[in-house]
Amino acid sequence: MRNLIAVPVIILAVILQSTVISSIKLLSGFADLPLVMLAAWALQEEVDTTWHWAVATGALVGFFSGISWPVPVVSYLVVVTLAQVFQRRVWQAPLLAMFSVTFLGTIVLYAISFMVLQLSGVSLSVTDVLGLLALPGILLNMLLAIPAYAVMRDLARWVYPAPEVE
Amino acid sequence: MALALGGYFSSGSNIFTSSLITVQSWFSSRFAALQDFVTAPRDIASLRQRNSELEAEVSELQAQVIQLQQEVGETQILAALVDFSRANPENQYRAAAVIGRDPSPFLQYVIINRGSNDGILRGMPVVTDQGLVGRVDAVIADAARVQLITDPAANVNIRLQNAEEEASLVGSVTGDLTLELVPQDASLERGDLVLTSGLGGGYPPDLIVGQVVNVRSRDFDLFQQATVQPVVDFNGLQIVLIVVNFKPVDIAPLEPVP
Repeated sequence: MRNLIAVPVIILAVILQSTVISSIKLLSGFADLPLVMLAAWALQEEVDTTWHWAVATGALVGFFSGISWPVPVVSYLVVVTLAQVFQRRVWQAPLLAMFSVTFLGTIVLYAISFMVLQLSGVSLSVTDVLGLLALPGILLNMLLAIPAYAVMRDLARWVYPAPEVE
Repeated sequence: MALALGGYFSSGSNIFTSSLITVQSWFSSRFAALQDFVTAPRDIASLRQRNSELEAEVSELQAQVIQLQQEVGETQILAALVDFSRANPENQYRAAAVIGRDPSPFLQYVIINRGSNDGILRGMPVVTDQGLVGRVDAVIADAARVQLITDPAANVNIRLQNAEEEASLVGSVTGDLTLELVPQDASLERGDLVLTSGLGGGYPPDLIVGQVVNVRSRDFDLFQQATVQPVVDFNGLQIVLIVVNFKPVDIAPLEPVP
């Protein structure tokens, strides 16, 4: 039942991404709120599984977007995998883990999107993608990482309250 | 009486009255101060209450002003769109509001609040009073996704108004429009108006797309290239018109397979 909290959170994140975040541009790039929230949720100690979050978020983003739905689904699954790896290895510095997952996750998402679009015949300039989309996108995601981590930490503590010690 | 009538008491009377007035003034001012002191707390409370009421009223009025400004803006846009539809009676239009954008920065799509329930079909062109916006890419019951002409996968067959040359217009990830496949002998100049040609059946002919702002022509290239400034402000899109009586032609089966 606790996993049902994913439904409103994911829907809210994708709607905010489509209506607000995608209009706040730096050069031609913008932040990816679903990715950052997913990374923040997956890094919480209390959370046991995030795979269904990744699939649901990817499917919903794919539904909104013109890009093929496997792109966000696979990218978000990679983000969750990265988060679980970093949670085990950098558990003493959660913010460092958050920044690392956000950075690598954004690169993975952009790389997969770029490859899929190229394979589908869309002509893209590597220089434009790197300089005008990827770098601003990474910067904005890193800026969004701290508040997103704080919000998801509070949400995780609310959904998974710590047992009282007698 | 005789002394009084003779004016002998006037100085004494003046001294008396002035003393009386002084004492009365003192009492009056002290009473006023006391009255202020007694009634002031009640006034402050009522003033605070009144102040909060007025602040609430100001906030409400400010919200109304913002809402009215927004409605005025929408009305102006709608009036321009109505003018446009009257000026182009050969087409039937359906207005739609832009309610979202593509979550991926690689693509240039918008989401509108009209779908198959409103008769919207895939491939229908989307315009504003300024010019061509794009075409419907996907439809659900109450919404549709529109591929803008600035999308990197978009390709619009166009003609140059002055040169009577035909070419292809492609978008990019940055939203810039580039004119390609312009023959080297074509007269391509800055300021030339770019219109849809109607070739390929994807868009109706003679819709305004933009203006040529920069021409790149090199002797060793097969074709000229040009940068086009779109007439539509894609960042400020709020309301668009869908050309509902246009039936796009799918020429994919006719294209040669390599």
